[in-house]
Amino acid sequence: MSRSKPSFRTELDRLEAIVRELEDADLDLDRALELFQEGVTRLKTARSMLQDSELTVKRVLEAADGTIRASDVDA
Amino acid sequence: MSGGPSLFDAAPPASSEGAWSVADVTRQARRLVEAGFTRLWVQGEVSGIKAYRSGHWYFTLRDAQAQVRCVMWRTDNQRLPGPPDDGAQVFVEARPTVWEERGEFRLTVKELLPTAAGGPWQLQFERAKAALQKDGLLDAARKRPLPPFPERIAFVTSLDGAAFRDVASVLERRWPGVELWVVPTRVQGDGAEREICWALTLVNRLPDVDVVIVGRGGGSREDLWVFNSERVARAVAALRVPSVSAVGHETDVTLTDLVADVRAATPSAAAEAVVPDRSEARDRLQAVARRMARGLAGRASLGRERLERTGDRLQAAVVAQMERRAARLERLGLQLDALSPLRVLGRGYAVARDADNRILKRVAQFPPGLRFRLTVSDGDVGARAGGGDA
Repeated sequence: MSRSKPSFRTELDRLEAIVRELEDADLDLDRALELFQEGVTRLKTARSMLQDSELTVKRVLEAADGTIRASDVDA
Repeated sequence: MSGGPSLFDAAPPASSEGAWSVADVTRQARRLVEAGFTRLWVQGEVSGIKAYRSGHWYFTLRDAQAQVRCVMWRTDNQRLPGPPDDGAQVFVEARPTVWEERGEFRLTVKELLPTAAGGPWQLQFERAKAALQKDGLLDAARKRPLPPFPERIAFVTSLDGAAFRDVASVLERRWPGVELWVVPTRVQGDGAEREICWALTLVNRLPDVDVVIVGRGGGSREDLWVFNSERVARAVAALRVPSVSAVGHETDVTLTDLVADVRAATPSAAAEAVVPDRSEARDRLQAVARRMARGLAGRASLGRERLERTGDRLQAAVVAQMERRAARLERLGLQLDALSPLRVLGRGYAVARDADNRILKRVAQFPPGLRFRLTVSDGDVGARAGGGDA
């Protein structure tokens, strides 16, 4: 149950870092383009997260042997 | 009962040898009385209250049928604002005893509360609150901020209650990209206290939980009472991640509310407190997109100025090329919401625009000889209207 999918937060944090770097006047132009392209990709990812997402509801149960299970519930 | 004569000897001897001392009688009576009662809640009217300089209070508690002497020691009454008035209706938590020296049956009062203030409920609440306060669990400094973008929200509540549906629908509307993990528990009645404590402990074992909501919808004071349990409050305080309490309606403040990092007036308000609103998030992304485009454009023109000064025209041409790409990327950044029209172009459609960049949609907008631009999937093409039917 590790968290490997990109999160809105990591996208936003990275985007804000990109903006700060882009606003630095001493930035090399190649690097600026590279950052910009990364930023556009991440903007798309972040926006699609807001668009397509659906609430996931799970019900947590503890089995007799102490293991924890989370099963889907229709919200 | 060991030692001394038994109170229940069938036929006490009528001799001085077997006679009880008065002290024996009252001592034995005290033992019997104290063993025969647990602590009691007693309701009655105060009369003849005497507050002595020693700090101890003596009074009589009575009702229509009977009366009993009471004492409340200074150590027990010093938390109270002052002695009750004669005639006041009160609840006392007391231990029946016999005052041996006087052979007097009386109540040793440990707690006293005017019935008007909620009686034993209130008393229990205040006592538990004081205990939590003593352990620092109500300190403002303990309050943790909620995470700005939670991904997994645990919710300790009943699956049957309105609270669950309310929270789910607010999350759905504001920030649906989250997981709501419900840890079901009874929230009222027998066993609710134990179940809620268990559920809260279970939350601490769940992976990657960012924030916890604990609560239920509105109900009577009795229905909500479990959220005033000291055990439940301590279990909330022991949560590893920030917590939001949401118990009943706005007016009900419970111990759980006091211990949680954030108190929400209702379950819906709790859901609003834990997630951002996605339209705000969209605005934030839009601002990022604008700053990005501006940052890059500024970067590119700055580079060209420098290069022009050096007179290196080849480099300048490269930069100009970069700048064109940057401008295109800028458009892309600002038009991300318009990505679907680009997909339409990809299928072979084109958009016609005049010199003022107005989109041309009707035949009447194409007088013969009109110069216009056609935007196709990979760029613009200059075009001229031929006139007549195609």
